[in-house]
Amino acid sequence: MIHRIEIAIRKGLPDPRGKHVAARVRDFLDIPVTAVRTRDVYHLEADLTDEEVARIVIEFTDPVLNVGAAGRVDDGPFDCSITVAFKPGVADPIGKSARVAIQDTLGRALGDEAAVYSSVMYLLDGVDQAEAERIAFELLANPVIQTASVVSFEEWRGAEPDLSVPKVVGGKTPEVVNVDLTGPDDELLKISRDGMLALSLQEMQTIRDHFIGAAEKEPRRAQSGLGSDPTDVELECLAQTWSEHCKHKIFNATIDYREEDGPVETVQSIFKTYIRGATEGVDSQVVEQGDPSWLVSVFHDNAGVVTFDDEVHLVYKVETHNSPSALDPYGGAITGIVGVNRDPFGTGRGADLLSNVWGYCFASPFYEGELPKGLLHPKRIRDGVHLGVIDGGNQSGIPYGRGWEIFDNRYLGKPLVFCGTVGSLPVTIDDKPGEEKYPRPGDAVIMVGGRIGADGIHGATFSSAALDESSPAQAVQIGDPITQKMMFDFLLEARQLGLYSAITDNGAGGLSSSVGEMAQTPGGARIDLEKAPLKYAGLAPWEIFLSEAQERMTLAVPHDRVEAFLDLAARREVEACVLGEFTDDGFLQVTFGDETVALLEMDFLHEGAPDLELLAHWVPPSFQEPPARPTDLNGTLLDLLARLNLCSNEKKARHYDHEVKALSVIKPWVGVHADVPAEATVSLARHGSLRGFVLSEGINPFISDLDTWAMASTVLDEAVRRQLCAGARLDRIAALDNFCWPDPVRSETTPDGEYKLAQLVRACRGLHEVCLAYGVPLISGKDSMKNESTMGGVKISVPPTLLLSAIGQIDDVREALTLDPKQAGDVVYILGETGPHTGASEYFRYLGESEGLRPDLGQPAPYLGSNPPMVDTAKTVPLYAALHGAIQAGLVRSAATPNKGGLAVTLARCALAADLGLEIDLDNCPGIAGLEDDVALFSESNGRFVVTLAADQAEDFERHIEGTAWSRTGVVTDEPRLVIRRDGQTLVDSDLDSLRARFKEGLEHA
Amino acid sequence: MLEDSVEELRGLPSGELARARSKVRVLVISGLGLNCEVETATAFQMVGADAEMVHLLDLLDGRSGYRLADYRIVTLVGGFAFGDHLGAGFVFANRIRWRLYDQLVELIERGGLALGICNGFQTMARLGMVPGFDGDYRTPRATLAPNDRLGYWDSWVRLKADPDSPCVWTRGIDSIDLPTRHGEGKLLTESPEVLKRLEQGHQVAVRYVDEEGEPTQEWPANPNGSPGAVAGICDPTGRLFGLMPHPDAYLYPFQHPQWSRRRYEGDIPGEGAGLAIFRNGVDAVAASR
Repeated sequence: MIHRIEIAIRKGLPDPRGKHVAARVRDFLDIPVTAVRTRDVYHLEADLTDEEVARIVIEFTDPVLNVGAAGRVDDGPFDCSITVAFKPGVADPIGKSARVAIQDTLGRALGDEAAVYSSVMYLLDGVDQAEAERIAFELLANPVIQTASVVSFEEWRGAEPDLSVPKVVGGKTPEVVNVDLTGPDDELLKISRDGMLALSLQEMQTIRDHFIGAAEKEPRRAQSGLGSDPTDVELECLAQTWSEHCKHKIFNATIDYREEDGPVETVQSIFKTYIRGATEGVDSQVVEQGDPSWLVSVFHDNAGVVTFDDEVHLVYKVETHNSPSALDPYGGAITGIVGVNRDPFGTGRGADLLSNVWGYCFASPFYEGELPKGLLHPKRIRDGVHLGVIDGGNQSGIPYGRGWEIFDNRYLGKPLVFCGTVGSLPVTIDDKPGEEKYPRPGDAVIMVGGRIGADGIHGATFSSAALDESSPAQAVQIGDPITQKMMFDFLLEARQLGLYSAITDNGAGGLSSSVGEMAQTPGGARIDLEKAPLKYAGLAPWEIFLSEAQERMTLAVPHDRVEAFLDLAARREVEACVLGEFTDDGFLQVTFGDETVALLEMDFLHEGAPDLELLAHWVPPSFQEPPARPTDLNGTLLDLLARLNLCSNEKKARHYDHEVKALSVIKPWVGVHADVPAEATVSLARHGSLRGFVLSEGINPFISDLDTWAMASTVLDEAVRRQLCAGARLDRIAALDNFCWPDPVRSETTPDGEYKLAQLVRACRGLHEVCLAYGVPLISGKDSMKNESTMGGVKISVPPTLLLSAIGQIDDVREALTLDPKQAGDVVYILGETGPHTGASEYFRYLGESEGLRPDLGQPAPYLGSNPPMVDTAKTVPLYAALHGAIQAGLVRSAATPNKGGLAVTLARCALAADLGLEIDLDNCPGIAGLEDDVALFSESNGRFVVTLAADQAEDFERHIEGTAWSRTGVVTDEPRLVIRRDGQTLVDSDLDSLRARFKEGLEHA
Repeated sequence: MLEDSVEELRGLPSGELARARSKVRVLVISGLGLNCEVETATAFQMVGADAEMVHLLDLLDGRSGYRLADYRIVTLVGGFAFGDHLGAGFVFANRIRWRLYDQLVELIERGGLALGICNGFQTMARLGMVPGFDGDYRTPRATLAPNDRLGYWDSWVRLKADPDSPCVWTRGIDSIDLPTRHGEGKLLTESPEVLKRLEQGHQVAVRYVDEEGEPTQEWPANPNGSPGAVAGICDPTGRLFGLMPHPDAYLYPFQHPQWSRRRYEGDIPGEGAGLAIFRNGVDAVAASR
């Protein structure tokens, strides 16, 4: 029996949700809707008496705010209604909570067959049917995960309340299929393609060869009833274990690299050579200096771990969730944030979560050009992604530490959605090092958390392919932060009690990945998929094994603690289930009941994938300089401040919690009005200690168009300078590298693959060089290598993008700094050399756009010039040490770091944050002598700082920075104006109100 | 008078004072999507009380041995209990009402104190702990509705306390800066009379104020459009207090967003201003022994 309950807002009370929708309809679709009212609808599929339903209605109705009814709430006429509901099988956390409320109200459990579904009904005035259809599908519902039904008032009045529910109609019997790989090569490729396996021909052949005569070679296979064809479970498991997403084949490939006509250099794995190479190099430097290594666990676990203090280590991981966010921005993004939470949580034996970071690369929300069919408008993507990460982070009770957005129309094809989480891992858990896992043969394999559905199947292989029209909707999962929060709360208690020996998360590849990886230590595992709790019947064994249904962790639990573990789980209303046990027989054996459905040798599973051999060829690109340059530099500065990449995104950012846990010290927004983004944020790691961690990042994909070497060194330099500006120690900065590249493997569809791979090699080399010079180890990272879409015949590739996320440390947070000058009369210094680095700068791109030039879809901006910022470590290293010394001596009151937009934009930000004036004279500014005025103002040279201090400490300060490039450039004033002069000429003279208005205007109406 | 006895308590030698405070048992309820339990318990500990975090399911579950009657202060913390699905604090309050509320009302009637912050305030309103007119703690007469500007919003606000309020938690506080972080904080009452009665009884213990210190309806100083700038209310006894802003997020002087400027003006408080609220509650109990 299905019952329908509607909860509406009381007449006369505002309906902010409806008001918000109405504004978006008018704004986004240009439909002059006059009013929108909303109601929540619940369908209860359960045996309930009328009296019980009536009680539920009373419970669901807030007596002050709502009217509720079984069936429908009768409420005046409207033109059209739109009901948005989930498709069958899509996670419905609201329905899940409603079920809890119903059970509590009735004082009895609903049976397994009962279900509660939530939906939202919008009642619209001032629209016709056709407009309502547009609103339904272009704004309210995402057809990937939701259904929308549009009903006119007359139809609605004339019909009985809709009782249909999105029930999964399964009924198919779980089956295992053997896959015949003995056919010709094109047959193998077809199997890979049709099955979404993303396996190359070479990989398919390797699998085929492995299985030839398998039943004879391996007696256990025959004993288990398996033949010499792989089962679909085995093939799927191999495909996901060997996917680019999990195996990083490109980073581990052998690459022949050549510059122009130069000689070929062979690089065996850019990961080992440059990424791990940098980390090991830095670590040896530390040890050679006689200091203890501060790297606790790097690269091999779910997140990187470094030393922090006697009680906890710091854990950090940043992930991307690009493809799912392109298809379903909200669901993809919320899964991105709650998914990356599980990385630190699944590191060692489990970290406490301290802080999230987010950052997005989008096309302009104001994009008006052609939109290839199948792509969502970037405004819709942006809104959905923000809301997803907002809900995911806030509901998990984790504050954000960093948040940023970058805009370039090449992210139209694939937005980049970076989400990261910092955790603190107890140095010791249950008398053993917290970073270690020790699953032993005989330990139970236990899955904890949500149930398994068809959601997210093929996520790993899907993200290892470019988007096209056939990209599967089922690859999208929707995170449910509350289920995960309850699971985490339970697991932290279990950790405290020492109830498990290892933990890892179920992310890409689901159980096949988590069990497969954890089984490497004991040397095998045996699990029964029939024991796994399902959301609904009818899943094939391979689907259960690979499902990426969210909010699940896999644990190893010693057999004498299984009972205690399960008992605690039950008391916390968290689902936990023993799937099997770890073994030491060298096999991953998967059964479904009594039937063996997979028997894979651990060695082949993890080491069997063939290595790639790739070619890379670097030819420096050339771009024109802008032909005309402006004379009104004051106006140019105002224009730059309003540009998408430089303006304030506070309107979105303040929807994210940055205070929960009460550990935040330097917050994401600083200054008198708390409306200027901080250079870096500072937080405590726990109550009762003054030691803090510092978060910053660098990202500048624009420079990639000129040279990725410059790009990679720039982003690391930026991240490190930001750390320094907050007062971080220079010797405890660690970094994460997240590469998001367009496909760098030459093929028919990627003819320029060798160039893109050369860009990757150069980025790694640049990063390696500066990491070693700065003593910054890379402790974790991720690469995402297929960031493009081909829709309607148009291929759009993202610019090569490297996010460098830094985590630093400060001994006493009370010494942390911000960028805002503090008092009138303080003196201003510019440190570091300004050079002619306008290549790919915000300024040059602005000049192209102000001429009305728009690049073709997928192309870089015109007028990039030729001079990207580089990093001269011979100059920056001593400068940073000197500045750090001055900061430690308490001489510096504010520090800021010029990057995108150059000196002028940084000075503007400083003045805005302080709400004080700055009088700057650039005459003696290092390096500036030969530069034109606009270059002096807007060049994006690395290695620079703007600092202020009390005038009476100038002498002391200058002693500290002696021998570096510096100039005393001006003063802080009471008059709210930014004035920049050079050679007696006034280049910039603007009042703060004008600057602030432009700074806030750029994304105000996005 | 309670006020006098708190004065007297605070006049005790420090050892005695610390002892008195350490005897105040505070229950901080956690679990099911709540997330401010650690900082809230820390706040109570920082002011010397004996605060304990207990999972709601352990309170409901007879075998864990926890009894509400063992505590003098019950705290409902911030968070997203059950994701705030079906309404802020809704499912959580529902569970308390059916399975724990008799014990909680008994505690209140025996003179216990309660503090609800953000999600906890929403839960208190949903249960009817506030306004609590005429000793009726079971009839919800107010709710925290969605903010006028839709969605969660995180910013610091200034509150002014009503000096004539019976609220024991805000004694001695004139104004205080705290962060707000919520999507549903607009206090709506069953009828205009309820709001009027709240105001007349000085149950509106804290209001959002502008830079001049006047109650305001202007965003963002008033982040949700709450009528009468209501940020928090107490019951007529002043022992039960719920508020939207987070005193639990201002525990250290260097957490104020202007701290990094004020240090050069010699204007940094000795402790996070939020602690005063917790100390008031603890001392009210300690003094009443």
